[in-house]
Order: sequence, then structure tokens, then C-alpha cells
Amino acid sequence: MPVTSTDQLTHLTDRARFVRTETVRLTRIAGAGHYSAVFSCAELFSVLYYAQLRLDPARPDWPDRDRFVLSKGHAAIGLYPVLADLGFFDPSELDTYTRLGSPFGDHPDMRRIPGVDFSSGSLGHGLSIAAGMALAGRMSGSDHRTYCMLGDGELAEGQIWEAAMSAGHFRLGNLVAIVDANQLGIDGFVRDVMAAEPIDRRFAAFGWQTHRVDGHDIPALLELFAGLPAAADGPPQLVVADTVKGKGVARMELSPDWHVGNLVGADYDDVLMELGGRA
Amino acid sequence: MSTQDQSELFNGTANVGLKDARSADGTDTRAIPAFVFGEELARLADHDPRIVVLTADLARSNRATDFANRHPERFVNVGIAEKNMITMAAGMAASGYVPFAATFGAFAALLCAEQIRTDCAYPGMPVRVVGHHSGMSMGFYGTSHHSLEDLGMMRCIADLTVVCATDANHLRALLRLSLDHPGAMYIRLGRGRDPQVYDVVPDLSIGRAETVRDGTDLTIIATGSEVHPALQAADELAGAGVSTRVVDMFTIAPLDHDAVLDAARATGAVLTVEEGNVTGGLGSAVAECLFEAGVHVPFRRHGVPDEHVPVGPPAGLYAHYRLDGPGIADVARELLDSGKETQR
Repeated sequence: MPVTSTDQLTHLTDRARFVRTETVRLTRIAGAGHYSAVFSCAELFSVLYYAQLRLDPARPDWPDRDRFVLSKGHAAIGLYPVLADLGFFDPSELDTYTRLGSPFGDHPDMRRIPGVDFSSGSLGHGLSIAAGMALAGRMSGSDHRTYCMLGDGELAEGQIWEAAMSAGHFRLGNLVAIVDANQLGIDGFVRDVMAAEPIDRRFAAFGWQTHRVDGHDIPALLELFAGLPAAADGPPQLVVADTVKGKGVARMELSPDWHVGNLVGADYDDVLMELGGRA
Repeated sequence: MSTQDQSELFNGTANVGLKDARSADGTDTRAIPAFVFGEELARLADHDPRIVVLTADLARSNRATDFANRHPERFVNVGIAEKNMITMAAGMAASGYVPFAATFGAFAALLCAEQIRTDCAYPGMPVRVVGHHSGMSMGFYGTSHHSLEDLGMMRCIADLTVVCATDANHLRALLRLSLDHPGAMYIRLGRGRDPQVYDVVPDLSIGRAETVRDGTDLTIIATGSEVHPALQAADELAGAGVSTRVVDMFTIAPLDHDAVLDAARATGAVLTVEEGNVTGGLGSAVAECLFEAGVHVPFRRHGVPDEHVPVGPPAGLYAHYRLDGPGIADVARELLDSGKETQR
């Protein structure tokens, strides 16, 4: 069993913290934003972008790069700082977040932001995009992999299952879908609004190889991603990451009141402190 | 399907798709637009590795089989899942391919309107959405299979080029032009039985209308399947001394404003003809152009009124709505007569 070095664990933990604190900072610029849906996937962003994806920030259009499709596009506010941190663009550009004419809106724009592999925002589309990219990769003989991050509430969209069926049928073994199963949508718990579980068994029935992991456990995530088979022709891979919406901020954890919000005054400082950032 | 049937299908020897066979009328299938779609793309793909073709369990209908036979590795049948098809095509386009995604216009434009906007037009993906059997050409299949709204819906999407194929040669020209056209396109095909308008593959420019007949008393601006009957109407009108210009407005978006304004100023009356709901389509686009330019001439939008059409074979429906040659000539005479009334 691969052992995560202390240095790597410290670094990835710090980058997950960075995702959360930057989300808090940028939301203040906008005056409103998605906190909790980013907090649930902060460790996933950290592990994928700092340890797993094959990328070259100097060549955002490199044909053989791994692709990442953020189907839950409302988590883009957590992705932008990662892309800046990796060198895809100057971090100071983030200060324009949501201002008139900025490249950075609530949902990501591939035309304006280096490192964003596809624009997203309308839930239910991303897995089809990723399936197309995976098919294109196999067609062109590239060994890159395509990752797609979905929400659990998003799984109610019918197109997800069209895409799931096609990925199984076409045996897109170079496709990895990750469900950030953070348990909440806007109106409450996914299990109450429109139950998505058992997510893994549902995908398995569509021909996927499935995995389940604690989405906040960095060593477990590292081990799982490093061990995923990557055959161009094989079962597509599903990772159900069990997470907590709002993870890291007590008042937001599993609270339906914080899908969108705006921290002001002492609350802003308190939350940054709680996250280990600088108030 | 038996092995023998499958072999026949993929060798391209099957006569026509089942749906067309039911209304087969002996038309020469070699000149049928929908049927040159797969063949032309197969030929182009010999020299262009970017071309891929997707369909949603309609390869027999749109003859994507002709492409699949020659380039099976670049043919993708997604099954009856049109939204997945359009969005997968966008994903492939992001990786450098030029995907042609073909299904009935009703499903392409109406079912997948949001996928076309959000995944194709907005990010500038060179997806070519091919909506075939458009308008009411599915006849007695009824409203579920008609796309009378597609032109209106597609033309209000930013950064989406909307074109209609007039006949087989015209479709070949459009497909060739589409390979290097920037951004996403909606390519509207008729029922696949449209008679020939262009003797040879025309030298087209997307966004520039073709004047297929000149005249001095009236202009009929038609698109797609209605260009041929518009020419028939012009013949009939000529017999009564009315000289009619016929403009093939094959690009709906962006509209050729110069062609519209020139027609109005030169001939003094404009009739638009389209196989679609008159609300929002070609006629609306021409009306906007004329009115905003302050050019006020006798004008009429002709097409399907704002209603769901009755059951009937395609030819019966065209006659019912006066969208055949004699019907268009009738409407033209009404327009010219009303113009004379107005002038008195």
C-alpha cells in the first residue's frame, strides 16, 4: 500500500485549505457565491490538481493533457485559484472576479480562462462532454484521461444517464467520473428531494467499475486515483466521494442555508480564522 | 435485424429508409439531399481527419450509413439519446474534431436547443447540428416529428450560424463550406426528396443569398425546401405578366440584409416563403430587416400559420398550406393585389 509522505500530505492539506479560503475571499468581491459546494470538493481539487492530473500550465492546449470537466460548474470559484496557483494565469486576475467584463464568473468560461477544459454551469451536461473528450482521445490515439466532477443532486438530470449508458457501451476506460456526494442540493437533502443513491450500484448497472471513498481523506484519495485502471478500452471508472457540503466551516456543514451566501463583518473574519486563513 | 439486413444496410444497398419508403414516389434518390449527406461527408473525410459523424439511431434515415461504411472508426451511433449526442459532439469538438451530429430537426433543434446554445454556440465549438426531415416533411407522423419552430429558435442563439440546404448540390456546397466555418452551425435539411434547383455544386458564401431568378415586379425570398416551389410559382406568375425575382435565402443567421433591401427597392414587393411557423423564422427576420431600414413595401410572411398542422401526407400538407408552386403563386397575387389597394 503506497504511503503518502508527510510532506505531500501537508502540502495537499494546505492546498485544500487554500481552495476554501480563496473561495471565501472571492465571494466577498462578488457579494454572494457558492461556499459549501466548493468546501465539499476542496480535497478532491487538491488531490486531482496537485497530485493526479497530467498538466502543463505553460501549454493549456497541450493535446495529451488530462482533461477535467467541472460538471458542477458552480464550484468554479474554488477551481480558479488552483489554476492561478499552478501558473495558468496571473493570480492577480482573480481580483476581477464577477466584475463587469471579467473572465471569471460564477460558472467557468473556457474561452476566457486558460486551464478550463470546458464551459459549464447547466447541470447534467458535463458527463456527455467528458464522454466526447474520452472518445476523441481514444480516436486520436492519445493516452490522456478525462475526469468529470459531478454533484449528487445533479444525478437527477436525465442526460447524465444517457452519458453513463454511452460511456459503458463505448467502454470508455479512459473516463473517470467523480461524484462529490455532499448530500445536499438547494432545497435540502438529496435523499429527500430526489434520491440518487445507491449511486455506485446504479452506475455499475450501466457498465461502470465503481469505487467509494471518503472525499475528505487525502491519503485514501491519492491511493484510489493512483490505482485506477486507465485502459483506453475498458469499463469507465466511477468514484463516489462521500463528502460533507460545507466541510470545514461548522455553521455551513450540511446546512441548506449556505448553498449561496455572503459572509460579512465579523462572520467573514471568523470563518477565515476557522479555515486557518488570514483574516 | 438479421445479418443479411445489416449487411445490406451497411453496404449502402438498402433502397430508402423505412420511413421514406412508405411515401416513396419514384423520385431519383441520387439527387436527394438527405441521402447525399453521408456520401459527401465520407468523401470529404477521406482527406480531412477532423470529420466525425454522430447520429441517434437514425443512420438509415439520414444515410449516415454511407459515412459509416467508409469510415467506421469515425462514426458514432449514440442510440436514441439526442441530448447526449449534441453534447458529446461538443466534447469531441473541444479535442479538435469537426463533428456532424444528425437527427430529425424536431429532436435536434427543439429537444436539444439548450445543448446547442450552451455546449456548442456559447463556447464556439465547431459542431454541425444537422436537422433533417425538417418542417412538416414527416407528414402524417404529426407534430412530435415536425420542426416548424427550428428556424425561429435557432436564429435567436448568438454565435450560431443557421443554414438550410436547398437541394443535393447545394447541400454538398454547404458541407464543404462548413469544414472551416468558425463556430457552431445548424444545418437544416428537408425531407430528402427536394427536387433539383442547382445544376452543379454552387459556389456559395455563407451569409450571402443566392438570386436564383431575376425579376422586376416582386421578390420571393425562400429557403430550403421552398426554393423550388417558389421558382414554379415564378414561372406561373410570368405567364400572367408578373416578373418575379427569387432569392434563395439559405443562410437564416446571419441574414443577408443587403439582398433583402435590394430586393425590396428593386422590385417593390417582398414575399417570404418557408416550411415553418411564420412566427420567428425567415419571414420574421426579413420583416425586422425591412422595417428597421425604413423600407416599407407590400410584404407578406408565408409559411405555416401559428398552429399545429393536421394529419396528412407531406404533399397534402404543402397544398393545404399553399406551400406548393400554385399555392405560392396565389399568395403572391394576393400580395400584389393588396399592394395596389394600398396605393389607391
